[in-house]
Amino acid sequence: MRQFLRVAWVVMRKDLTVEMRSREIVYTTVFFAASCVLVFAFALVREGRPLEDASAGILWISIAFAGTLGLGRTFERERHTETLRALMLAPSDRPAIYVGKLLGILVLMAIVEAVLVPMIGLLFHAPIFARPAWLVALLAAGTVGFASVGTLFAAMLVRARSRDVLLPVLLYPITIPVIIAGVRGTAAIFQSTPDEPMARFWAALLVFFDVVFVTLSLWTFEPLMTE
Amino acid sequence: MEFDFERLIVDDVSRHFGRRRALNRVSLTCGAGTILGLLGPNGAGKSTLLAILSTLLAPSSGRVRYGDHDARTAGAALRARLGLLGHDLYLYPELTARENLEFFARLYGLARPRERVDRALANAGLADRGDDAVSGFSRGMRQRLALERALLHGPRLLLLDEPFTGLDDASGHALVTRLRGLRDEGAIVIAATHDLDLAEGLLDEVAILREGRLVRVTRTDGPLRERYRDAIMAASVAPRQERAR
Repeated sequence: MRQFLRVAWVVMRKDLTVEMRSREIVYTTVFFAASCVLVFAFALVREGRPLEDASAGILWISIAFAGTLGLGRTFERERHTETLRALMLAPSDRPAIYVGKLLGILVLMAIVEAVLVPMIGLLFHAPIFARPAWLVALLAAGTVGFASVGTLFAAMLVRARSRDVLLPVLLYPITIPVIIAGVRGTAAIFQSTPDEPMARFWAALLVFFDVVFVTLSLWTFEPLMTE
Repeated sequence: MEFDFERLIVDDVSRHFGRRRALNRVSLTCGAGTILGLLGPNGAGKSTLLAILSTLLAPSSGRVRYGDHDARTAGAALRARLGLLGHDLYLYPELTARENLEFFARLYGLARPRERVDRALANAGLADRGDDAVSGFSRGMRQRLALERALLHGPRLLLLDEPFTGLDDASGHALVTRLRGLRDEGAIVIAATHDLDLAEGLLDEVAILREGRLVRVTRTDGPLRERYRDAIMAASVAPRQERAR
């Protein structure tokens, strides 16, 4: 177990160091997500009054789009230098490599969300400080569910010629339950009177999805990555 | 006890990619302290064979045995004894030479990673460029660094795909000396190369592949270029005679 965690940590640290040098994925995903929110704001905010209940949906759509972009770019980098093969050659459990990549992507998505949430609060008048702990919990659980499947698919498609098209085609149908649970849970706490029991229900469902998706991904990563 | 093996046995290995047959019933054996050259024209199946030996690719049929073990049963313990220098160099261009080596040293769980990395940088002749990003290196410098990456954990089986690519004369000869040293220490070295001039005198055995088939395995006690040409000629004439009959 210690070795598993050590390898996951080493891979995550490497991914973040590479990203800190190039800042390519952070800039692209943050810019893309912010553009998404701005476009929705121009479309749905009239005379300073946003469309009711739109904020939660826009937040999660932006997270999903930006996350897909980040996932694709992260593995494109490994494909370009063929370093994924070197990772597969390491004398460790291959799922540890998966966990390392997943942690790296989670950090990147957290940075995107740290920019998105205040924008949603500002442009859509969403009460982001009404239940901050619940908002963080819902975002964390939803992001893990989305990124766990996304990391597996992005790794699996790294050699496919049409990977850029296939990734969203495969990813969105499977992660629809995560997006729906995230939207409904967030909408519950963005109401004028936050509905905590409802938020708790959707958060529990998200945790259930996380457990299922992470377990399945850990189980299938090695056979899927062996050519 | 640490996993180890003294002999590599490739037993009737084939590999198909859809309808294309990249390797066709290849069998060969290689013992510790041997440098085996994989020779053959482009598309002969050399890189596919190296990928199978490195456990990155599973054979469609046949099996590879590492001593008494195979890739499925030995798993991570076997990978700890393999080193691969591919045609792509498996280096992160955004990281420095030192960071690249340290990353792999930690990934392999090596003791005293900093010392090993310092030694590897000195071996690669890059001690003074250790803190420079790999993106600024020439192909030859990257090749030397990638070789040290593959050797960092002291592998028993070293697999090299075109190891002389991008190396100048001095670096090429330094690599030859390095590989001889590894052979003397008991490593099994398998190198796919087109550079017959540098390979001459280095290889103990040669396996010549053509269109996925192993056409000859021989000791290298004569001029390599002539043997290679004869084997390829014979392999291309035989099917024609077969068809004529």
